Amino acid sequence: MSSDKKGLMAWVDDRLPVTEAYEKHMSKYYAPKNFNVWYVFGVLSMLVLVNQLLTGIWLTMSFVPSQEGAFASVEYIMRDVEWGWLLRYMHSTGASAFFVVVYLHMFRGIIYGSYQKPRELIWIFGMCIYLALCAEAFMGYVLPWGQMSYWGAQVIISLFGAIPYIGEDLTTWVRGDYLISEITLNRFFALHVIALPLVIVALVVMHLLALHEVGSNNPDGVDIKKNLDENGVPKDGIPFHPFYTVHDLVGIVVFLFVFCGIIFFMPEMGGYFLEHANFEEANPFKTPDHIAPVWYFTPFYAVLRAVPDKLLGVIAMAAAIAILFVLPWLDRSPVRSIRYKGMLSKIAIALFVVSFVVLGVCGALPAYAQPPWLAPVMTVVYFAFFILMPWYTKAEKTKPVPERVTG
Amino acid sequence: MKKLLSVFLLSIVAPVLAVAAGGGYPLDDMKPNVSNKASLQNGAQTFVNYCQGCHEMAYSRYERVADDLNIPHDLVTENLIFDGAKIGQHMTNAMTVDAAKRWFGTAPPDLTLVARVRGEDWLYTYLQTFYEDTTRPFGVNNEVFPNVGMPHVLAELQGLQKKGCAQVPVEVDVLTGQDITEEKCDVLYLAEEGKLTPAEYEETVYDLVNFLVYTAEPMQEKRIRIGIYVMLFLSVFFIFAYLLNREYWKDLH
Repeated sequence: MSSDKKGLMAWVDDRLPVTEAYEKHMSKYYAPKNFNVWYVFGVLSMLVLVNQLLTGIWLTMSFVPSQEGAFASVEYIMRDVEWGWLLRYMHSTGASAFFVVVYLHMFRGIIYGSYQKPRELIWIFGMCIYLALCAEAFMGYVLPWGQMSYWGAQVIISLFGAIPYIGEDLTTWVRGDYLISEITLNRFFALHVIALPLVIVALVVMHLLALHEVGSNNPDGVDIKKNLDENGVPKDGIPFHPFYTVHDLVGIVVFLFVFCGIIFFMPEMGGYFLEHANFEEANPFKTPDHIAPVWYFTPFYAVLRAVPDKLLGVIAMAAAIAILFVLPWLDRSPVRSIRYKGMLSKIAIALFVVSFVVLGVCGALPAYAQPPWLAPVMTVVYFAFFILMPWYTKAEKTKPVPERVTG
Repeated sequence: MKKLLSVFLLSIVAPVLAVAAGGGYPLDDMKPNVSNKASLQNGAQTFVNYCQGCHEMAYSRYERVADDLNIPHDLVTENLIFDGAKIGQHMTNAMTVDAAKRWFGTAPPDLTLVARVRGEDWLYTYLQTFYEDTTRPFGVNNEVFPNVGMPHVLAELQGLQKKGCAQVPVEVDVLTGQDITEEKCDVLYLAEEGKLTPAEYEETVYDLVNFLVYTAEPMQEKRIRIGIYVMLFLSVFFIFAYLLNREYWKDLH
């Protein structure tokens, strides 16, 4: 294939398939031409990932992973390191932004049925990325060694204690000590800066390779590979580069408006991105009045608290995430996209959104500040969306799917 | 639907939250202004004279404060550093944690970041609501932080407030411009005057809290200034990105 080329590129191509890879994934990767705004969040996730990796490397250069030095070194970065405050705010805002774009990216998959056959593996790799991201964010939050770092970790790790027989030993094993200590801080630092980023990057590669093998879904859920032109190119497909690179560039700039707006004008985001209590150094002898996880964990935290029994609560919380993995096999609908699904699916998705948002609010508030029935009811709604899915996706009347993409 | 729901949610949680946040005592609104250098200088002076004996600013350096607040280095060395520290050093003190625990029952917290922990409204109200309470070790209590371990360090400036019944202004007479007062109980009133008038004391507290807001995030002015340039750049970049996209996509449909 490189016979028509000369010079350096041909020399490289004979030894490493650079041009071939570029064509497969960029210039001859045919994406449906009807992507809408929901399709920008995948690229934005990549952008935020790169942001986290780069700012993380530079933060590591000045961070001191010790009980004595961690909190002080973060303030050293904020005050004495040139542009250190910018790196830190980019990283802290990036953590929240990561979850914003990933949640929206996952929601896109849900409304357009992107997890359906043949994209089950893409969905599962995506869910693995989400899990790794949760672990990464949790461990990263412990590093600045503020009050919320300490007590948040205390609460989350103590959840393992609910497991019968091995629970207590397991929490000690995770902490490496009988309480959260410098040993915990050190291992979380190692996992946060080396192990989990490696896992996440590897999973992202798998996610993309699987995607490019079967091709992208689209808002109509139409299989564009069914309609090929004489060259074997999908009639409704356009090369990813340049069409979607320039398209995504616009989305990236809009995203950066919001992202930079937060970094430069409201880096604490009212205490949701950087919690007020975390500006106080960790103190094992002083429990804060109200321990709340960062906003992106609050829906699952609300599920945990909604169940009165600790062990059942932990199981419910784990199930709330685990059930997403089997989504491809719960959906029995003959169509992919919400556009052609019936009324039942539309109502179900609307209720699912409501339950997720309300659970998020419930999880952020102290227990006394909300009606006691709210989180349990929303937990039921959340699970009903998944458990009833095999029934309502089959029972409802779907609309006919067009042959070609619309719009 | 979602909007309705959020209104519904807020209406049930908001009243509970309002009570929870302020510890019950209504906080005064304080608008910090970190570009007011005179106010920050005044606050720095109050801090080193009245606060730093017990409270450190272990992450803040004298030199940074001097440079940000436009105070010449020699003035700082002569008037703001009492323990012979070099100007590049952190604003610490000599009190040990053990001694502090013996004297106050608890170690006075570091104040570098206190404005980000408590918020400016809390600090501003806290410093104005000490009142006489003979049951407490230092003879004073506080409305915002009940049973606080700290004595009323600024008492020589403010004087001493007592809690009880007093004439308090409720509205301004539109004809005379004077306050109409009303007897209210369970309020703070000034029983012994201090060196400063109530208005001057309020200003001193404002300047001090303003300084604490500055030290909590010394780069905040720079952050906002750069942010504006970043936004301007993105606005211009958006136009080119938009036009580039339109150029590529115009022949597609």
